[in-house]
Amino acid sequence: MFLWFHKLGSPPHFYRIAGKWIPWLTWIFLILVAAGLYGGLILAPPDYQQGESYRIIFVHVPSAWMSMFIYVTMAFCAVVIIVWRMKLAEVVLISSAPIGASFTFLALVTGSLWGKPMWGTYWVWDARLTSELILLFLYLGVIGLHNAIEDKRVAARAVAILALVGVVNIPIIHYSVEWWHSLHQGASLTKFDKPSMPPSMYIPILIMALAFQFYYALTLFHKCRVELLQRERNSKWVKEL
Amino acid sequence: MSNRLSLGQAFIFLLRRDLLLALRNRAEYAMPLLFFVLVITMFPLALGALPELLARIAPGIIWVAALLAAMLSLDSIFRSDFDDGSLEQILLSAHPIAILVLAKVSAHWLVTGLPLLIVAPLLAEMLGMSAQAQPTLLLTILIGTPILSLIGAIGVALTVGLRKGGIILSLLVLPLYVPVLIFASSAIDNAAMGFDVSAQIYMLLAFLLLSVSLSPWATAAALRMSAS
Repeated sequence: MFLWFHKLGSPPHFYRIAGKWIPWLTWIFLILVAAGLYGGLILAPPDYQQGESYRIIFVHVPSAWMSMFIYVTMAFCAVVIIVWRMKLAEVVLISSAPIGASFTFLALVTGSLWGKPMWGTYWVWDARLTSELILLFLYLGVIGLHNAIEDKRVAARAVAILALVGVVNIPIIHYSVEWWHSLHQGASLTKFDKPSMPPSMYIPILIMALAFQFYYALTLFHKCRVELLQRERNSKWVKEL
Repeated sequence: MSNRLSLGQAFIFLLRRDLLLALRNRAEYAMPLLFFVLVITMFPLALGALPELLARIAPGIIWVAALLAAMLSLDSIFRSDFDDGSLEQILLSAHPIAILVLAKVSAHWLVTGLPLLIVAPLLAEMLGMSAQAQPTLLLTILIGTPILSLIGAIGVALTVGLRKGGIILSLLVLPLYVPVLIFASSAIDNAAMGFDVSAQIYMLLAFLLLSVSLSPWATAAALRMSAS
C-alpha cells in the first residue's frame, strides 16, 4: 500500500497511470452525466412554485459543492507540499486551481441566471453569493501568484502557503458574511431554507455531483499530465516518450 | 560571541531600527496617511454633500479608505530590506524568524496604522458621523489595523521577490480583509444607531489574536521561500 502510494508520487509512474485511467474516467463521467441530466431534466417533476426553472440546480448545486471541494483538495496538497515537498502534490495543486475557479464561476453564473426569474435580480449581496465571489477571488489569487513567479518549484511553495492561509480564512469569511447580513436584514431567499425535496429531485443532484467529481478527476489528470511534461521536459523519461 | 542578543533584545532592536528608518524617511511614510485623507475627500465630491447620506455611509468610507491606505503601505514592510539584502541577514539570524517578523510588522503598524487613529476623528466629524459612534470608530481602528498589517505581511512576503508584485498583492490580500471590513463597519453602524457593539468588538479581537498567533509563521515561511 505504502509502496503503491510512493510509486504514485513519481512523475513518470503517475503519467502512465493517469493515461490509463483517463478513458475509464471519461466513460464513467459520460454515463453519470447522461443519467443525471435525464433524471434531472426529464424524470424529475416540475416544482409547484418555481415551475421548470428550478432545474438549473442540477448544475448549480454540484458545481457549488465542487468549488469548495477543490479548494479543500488544494489545501491538502499544500500541506503535503510544505511537509514533504512532493512534486506531484505541486502539480495537482496548480492544476486544480483553474478547474476550481471554473466551477466557482459556473456556480455564480447559474445562480444568477436562476436568480433573475426567481428573485427578480441577477445579483443580491446575499451571504452565500458574496462568499462564493470571494472564493473566486481566492482562486484567481492562487493562479495569479503562480503565473507571476518564474521558478515553478518556488511558485508552488508560494501558492501552497497562500492556499493554506486561504483555507484558514474561508470559514471566517463565510461566517462573517453570513452574520453581516443577519445583522441587517431578515432571512434571505436561499433555496436550502425550504423543507427537503423529494427523492426524484435530490437523487439526480447526487448523481450530477458524482459526475462532476469524475469530471474533476478527468480534467485534473489531463492537466497534470501536461504540467508534468512541461516541468520535466529535460528529464530522461520525457525524452523517451 | 559574548555580545549575542537575546530574543527580546533582538525584537526591540529590530523594532527600533525600523522606526528610526521610518523617522528618517518621513515623507515616504506620510504618503499612506495623505492617501487615506484624499480617498475620503473624494466621496463627498462624487456622491454629493448630503449630510444624512454622508453620515450613513461614513463608517464604510473610512474603513474602505483604511484598507486601501494599508494596501498602499504594505510593500514597505519588506521591500527595502529585500532590496538591500538585510532581509537575508534577518533570515540567517539565530532567532526564530516569526518573532522578528512580528517586530517588523509592529513597526509597520506603529508607523502606518496608528496615525489613522489621529486623523480618523477629524474625518468622521467632517463626514458628520454621530458623536456616539466615534469611540467605536477609534476602537475598531485600534483593533482592526494591526490585523491588516499582519495579514498584509503574508501577502508582501509572498510577492516581495517579484517585479510586478503590487497588483498581485491586492488580489491576494483584499479578499482576506473582508471579515475585518464587515465587522468593523457593522460595529460603527450599530454604535451610530445606539445598539450594543460588544459582539463585533469581540469578533475583531478574536481575529486579532488569531492573526497575531498564525500570521508571523506564514510570513516567515513565505519570506524563506521568497529569499531562496
